[in-house]
Amino acid sequence: MEWNVSRFLETLPYMLKGMVGIFAVTLVIIAMIWLINRLTGGKQ
Amino acid sequence: MEAIYENIFSIEWQQVVMWIIGGILIYLAIRRQMEPTLLLPMGFGAILVNLPLSGAVTQVYDGVAEVGVIDLLFDAGIANELFPLLLFIGIGAMIDFGPLLTNPKLMLFGAAAQFGIFFTLSLAALVGFDLKDAASIAIIGAADGPTSIFVANFFQSNYLGPIIVAAYSYMALVPIVQPPVIRLITTRQERRIRMAYTGGQVSKLSRILFPILVTMIAGIVSPRSVALIGFLMFGNLLRECGVLNSLSEAAQNMLANLVTLLLGLTVAARMQADAFLNPGTLLVLGLGLVAFVFDTVGGVLFAKVLNLFLKEKINPMIGACGISAFPMSARVIHKMGLQEDNQNFLLMHAVGANVSGQIASVIAGGMILNFFG
Repeated sequence: MEWNVSRFLETLPYMLKGMVGIFAVTLVIIAMIWLINRLTGGKQ
Repeated sequence: MEAIYENIFSIEWQQVVMWIIGGILIYLAIRRQMEPTLLLPMGFGAILVNLPLSGAVTQVYDGVAEVGVIDLLFDAGIANELFPLLLFIGIGAMIDFGPLLTNPKLMLFGAAAQFGIFFTLSLAALVGFDLKDAASIAIIGAADGPTSIFVANFFQSNYLGPIIVAAYSYMALVPIVQPPVIRLITTRQERRIRMAYTGGQVSKLSRILFPILVTMIAGIVSPRSVALIGFLMFGNLLRECGVLNSLSEAAQNMLANLVTLLLGLTVAARMQADAFLNPGTLLVLGLGLVAFVFDTVGGVLFAKVLNLFLKEKINPMIGACGISAFPMSARVIHKMGLQEDNQNFLLMHAVGANVSGQIASVIAGGMILNFFG
């Protein structure tokens, strides 16, 4: 095991981008579900 | 006779260790019923490929390579990511997204509970793994076997065997891993929060449109994940369309069983002693546990943060169900809710968050592929 701080720092932006990306896609999917439920009169 | 002695004396201690590991996997599968469909074939495969000069894997005899059947299956089914994708059709056909469609907000927990993946990515990089191996190890946190195999294989990780063992073992260990973590970061009062279930009917058209639109959204955002999400959603479309019941049943039963059987045995190709027994394997197993723990932490803390702004509070344990280990995680949380308050029925909320984890984990896999592929 060899500590690699520079590589660790290199990954931090990916952590941020990854979480933001997943939440962004999730919000789009939630909006899509809301829309199809509205349009199809699905949720009663 | 001489050949038999030669074979016996060519047994190496590392191979004996792998027989023991194979035996432990078989024991866990049969006695503890931990993911038996996968751990049993993997355990047997681990013994099979670690017999001296095993013909199940490729060997060179008199300068001529004889391709072993396990290697053949690996090249045909895992190296090209076929088996995990076919398995996803079966999984998609098994999932009822109804609870999610009635309460789409639950999808947020699926997103939050992917935190363990990115936390582990950084941790694996810190302890010295190169970025592609770190990404492959991190995806154990997807709590999703096929996604782990797909991503680790895509990056041609040197740790494919340990990653798969870790992914499936920790999925089976969800009832042991999640409760102490949840208790550590929630109060009893929070665990007793009741949530009313106001679910209704979801139209058939919604159920049909959902898999198609999710595939399109995920595919546009993260093209590399389109095969993963597409096959999952195709399986779900078979289930929901209502005119292909026999195909849906075949996907849920025959296809899923057959692929699981072959997958488990084939994974053993990467469980040969020389590749498996190294300090890196222990690190991978440790990091896999970290990924599961921080998935749980991410989901629970996100629910607690949401509660700061909500009038109608959410039981933060629901956040822990955002991992993809379905339906294990939902059952664990439902049971924990009942232990705290025997009138607190969290199952439907838990299932909704849990199926959303299935989608979010695939999206996370796609993100990882996009970042490092």
